[in-house]
Amino acid sequence: MRRSLLFIPGNRPNMIQNSEVLPADAIIFDLEDSVPAGEKDAARDLVARALRFLDFGPRERMVRINDLGSVEAKADLRAMVAAGVQTILLPKVGGAGTVKEADSLLSRAEREEGRQEGSTGLVALLETALGIEHALDAALASPRMTGLALGGEDLSADLGCPRTREGWEIFYSRSRLVMAAKATGIDALDTPFTDVHDAEGCEQEARFVKDLGFTGKLCISPSHLKAIHRAFTPSREEILYAREVAEAMEEGQRSGQGAVSLRGRMIDLPVLRQAQRILALAGAAGLLRDEEADHEPGR
Amino acid sequence: MKLLRKARAGTLESGDVFITAEPADRLEISLESPVKEQYGEVILQTVHEILREFDITSGRIDLTDRGALNCTLEARLTTVLRRASQEEKT
Repeated sequence: MRRSLLFIPGNRPNMIQNSEVLPADAIIFDLEDSVPAGEKDAARDLVARALRFLDFGPRERMVRINDLGSVEAKADLRAMVAAGVQTILLPKVGGAGTVKEADSLLSRAEREEGRQEGSTGLVALLETALGIEHALDAALASPRMTGLALGGEDLSADLGCPRTREGWEIFYSRSRLVMAAKATGIDALDTPFTDVHDAEGCEQEARFVKDLGFTGKLCISPSHLKAIHRAFTPSREEILYAREVAEAMEEGQRSGQGAVSLRGRMIDLPVLRQAQRILALAGAAGLLRDEEADHEPGR
Repeated sequence: MKLLRKARAGTLESGDVFITAEPADRLEISLESPVKEQYGEVILQTVHEILREFDITSGRIDLTDRGALNCTLEARLTTVLRRASQEEKT
């Protein structure tokens, strides 16, 4: 489950250490934009040791490497594979070529480091007009691909648009990314909300993009994690309704009906699929057990 | 491996360690740490382990510890020794 994916600068030991206890679904150790040019080697050493020796529990361990055109990228990939990274966040993806090149470099690193070939996942960060237009090609370029993520700040700069709170300048890009992700069955991950002091604004934006089809959101501040989780976790009412839908459809199927009536509305297979998605999300968030417990007699 | 020039790695921020390494005729290590009494020996043991990994037998290593975890200490040592053993870029 990837509701929240929190960036941690790769050259800050205290922040790396604290991330062991933060409630993010995924931690993204950053070797790219948050690390000054002269400290790339130090950040790589630090993140590699942290991946080997710190315990991040159930959090997915991701690393954003430097872009493949840089001198650092190959060393980043090699060191992170050796250290047991789960997923690489690949920046500045312009299309299938970038993903295929990363796939090939990962395969070589996995073979050389004695890791199972294909075991390292890839998420492509789309942050240019070219990347957005090639979103589907990028998603299809490797079986390692588990997500497409939007980099709204770089994208706005590439488009020559001011980045606004309303986000109309990236509305098309968000929609295009969601289509490509859904068409290929991988995660759609939204750009970070950049005002670290405005958790309410972050939650509003997270709810908006969830309704567009996004499955999670990149994040640059631990203060946004709760807001993101609230937005991407099904509410109690949604879970209860999803249960009713599933039960009503099951009953309908037993009596040979493809569509049944529930709360005065006709429901059919697409509604059941939505309900199943909500129940799966609730299950992954550990909510189904709580919800069942709430319904035990006497509680 | 041989130390060829003076190099530094790390910072003086909490949870980090600032290290300098430079060539010297023999091995000299100095440590400043708020937990030197309790953990000084463990820290120096890690320093010697990493020096052995790099096969470095001489040089001056100065460490100013700000409560770094062992994995941070190892990472900063790795960085500073590699930097100090590379020719200066021109």
